[in-house]
Amino acid sequence: MTVKIYIPRDAAAIALGAEKVATAMAEAIAARGLDATIVRNGSRGMHWLEPLVEVETAEGRIAYGPVQTRDVASLLDAGLTSGAAHPLCLGKTEDIPFLKQQTRLTFARCGVIDPLSLDDYRAHGGLRGLERAISMQPAAIVAEVTESGLRGRGGAGFPTGIKWKTVLEAEGAQKYIVCNADEGDSGTFADRMIMEGDPFVLIEGMAIAGIATGATKGYVYTRSEYPHAIAAMSAAIEIARAAGVLGQSVLGSTHAFDMEVRTGAGAYVCGEETSLLNSLEGKRGLVRAKPPLPAHKGLFDCPTVINNVISLASVPVIMDKGAAYYRDFGMGRSRGTIPIQIAGNVKHAGLYEIAFGLTLGEIVDVIGGGTASGRPVKAVQVGGPLGAYFPRALFDTPFDYEAFAAKDGLIGHAGIVVFDDTADMLKQARFAMEFCAVESCGKCTPCRLGSTRGVEVADKIAAGIEPEKNRELLADLCNTMKFGSLCALGGFTPYPVMSAMTHFPEDFKPAPRVEAAE
Amino acid sequence: MNIHLPGADVTERTLAIVGELKGLEGPLLPILHEIQDEFGYVPQECLPVIARELNLSRAEVYGVVTFYHDFREHPAGRHVLKLCRAEACQSMGGDRLAERAKALLGIDFHETTPDGAVTLEPVYCLGLCSCSPSAMLDGEVHARLDEAEIEALVAEARR
Repeated sequence: MTVKIYIPRDAAAIALGAEKVATAMAEAIAARGLDATIVRNGSRGMHWLEPLVEVETAEGRIAYGPVQTRDVASLLDAGLTSGAAHPLCLGKTEDIPFLKQQTRLTFARCGVIDPLSLDDYRAHGGLRGLERAISMQPAAIVAEVTESGLRGRGGAGFPTGIKWKTVLEAEGAQKYIVCNADEGDSGTFADRMIMEGDPFVLIEGMAIAGIATGATKGYVYTRSEYPHAIAAMSAAIEIARAAGVLGQSVLGSTHAFDMEVRTGAGAYVCGEETSLLNSLEGKRGLVRAKPPLPAHKGLFDCPTVINNVISLASVPVIMDKGAAYYRDFGMGRSRGTIPIQIAGNVKHAGLYEIAFGLTLGEIVDVIGGGTASGRPVKAVQVGGPLGAYFPRALFDTPFDYEAFAAKDGLIGHAGIVVFDDTADMLKQARFAMEFCAVESCGKCTPCRLGSTRGVEVADKIAAGIEPEKNRELLADLCNTMKFGSLCALGGFTPYPVMSAMTHFPEDFKPAPRVEAAE
Repeated sequence: MNIHLPGADVTERTLAIVGELKGLEGPLLPILHEIQDEFGYVPQECLPVIARELNLSRAEVYGVVTFYHDFREHPAGRHVLKLCRAEACQSMGGDRLAERAKALLGIDFHETTPDGAVTLEPVYCLGLCSCSPSAMLDGEVHARLDEAEIEALVAEARR
């Protein structure tokens, strides 16, 4: 029997050499005349082990990693194709603790299947949610999603079912499903991993959303920085269309739904939903005032569902296994699972999907294994560039929308960036303001001007110029931006700034600089 | 890419691209991406053509070109090296690597080496935050970079 060797095509694996490993492996297999084939899968999310090579055996998949091209010969010499021992052997993939302890619902297939094989997708439970949705009334689908407790995974945490209900009830000859795949937050890569590792799940989720709300056209708006995701998503859409999953008759039903990928052009603010809609329409990515809500007047003024990739990709499992199955995971009002992205200066970086409720400390110290540098953890930024910096003192905060809000933070898109004790929090606060200044769409004054003034004030503090007065000024400026900005860019930039100043006051008291003698 | 074409060709190619993509809903961004792929930047001469074909003002088209960081008004160097400047890469010494790359190339961000070989650009996140610091050279991704690797990347780009 032909042995299957899995080598990921995920961008992170490629950035660490997976492409070269795959080429070397293919050449070595041919040269040795082995009966083996290479499958380019997504990533399992254990990025410190990438490129992670797996081989299918009678006992299950055996993992080896991190594999470089120089290891290919010795792996094959040792008997890779039968899952033999080797210094890089990690045992059965499923038994690796980082993976074993997860609850993979949304990411169940990511890294397991060939992302562009619809047969593989079906064989692993794919399309069952869509098949069930087709047999239901739109209002019943919406009710199922509402009952699951699924909330917007892009960061706002708005109940997905309520959004869908608004669009279902809105009048309009044309309605749209827009997938926000503009994953610009540093520390996040879950959207990218799904698009590269299991694109059909997003297609299925969007088709279900279309049937539930009466929308017939969908767009995935993603980033130009994600060429691998764009390629995988576009190829999957073609395959789905050819197989009748998309088109005039979705899976042979009376429902029509089709979709396409659109690429942004390097503007972070286009991750904000109204800015994204303007960009899709071919305009400058200026934020729109709300109301009207996109659900009433969205893309081209038509009723529009706009959801994050992970929200939409979580819908198929909810429709397949039922609302109660999904809702039973989690805590409080945060139901289901969340793919936590552990990044930055951390030993075991990667994607960890688990029910809501783990504490930040468990995530950073136990799952992440502490810093990569081996130095003490100083701060973790949760939720991207607009998320707060948490000190060790707040490591007992459970991963939950409300618990983070109560500590003046946000879980955002669930990205966590770890910093060791060499981090300068005043510098990080300045960067937050600088980033806001670079990326501001310019529509509202607090964001456009406030961010530039914020950089200047931070520089004055760093230079020891009237530090006390300038710290007060910075706090006042943050207050204005928080309450006066039109969208989350200006409105949330104060989170990293204020949290840095509140939790790490020592970094905002640099030694007074002695003026150099002229 | 550093391609200069006479004006007539630019107009002709622009018309062909617009003709091909005009039928899309919200066609302007796909058109601008295609034009930049074709010419390596968005030449001024394209703007009135696009404006006329899409029934927009030139100011509207220019406004869109200048809003997005991706679109260039001038040709880039033969190679484009993008270094991630965002927080995850900062936490792993990205700032130091950026300084090293600047020193090796003798240019700052948004600049091109005098020989036209390399343009250095900042990028805010390549989604490789679990293997920081990261970079992109002509669309190819590289992660977990150290000083030796950034030197190798710069050398590759200079060739």
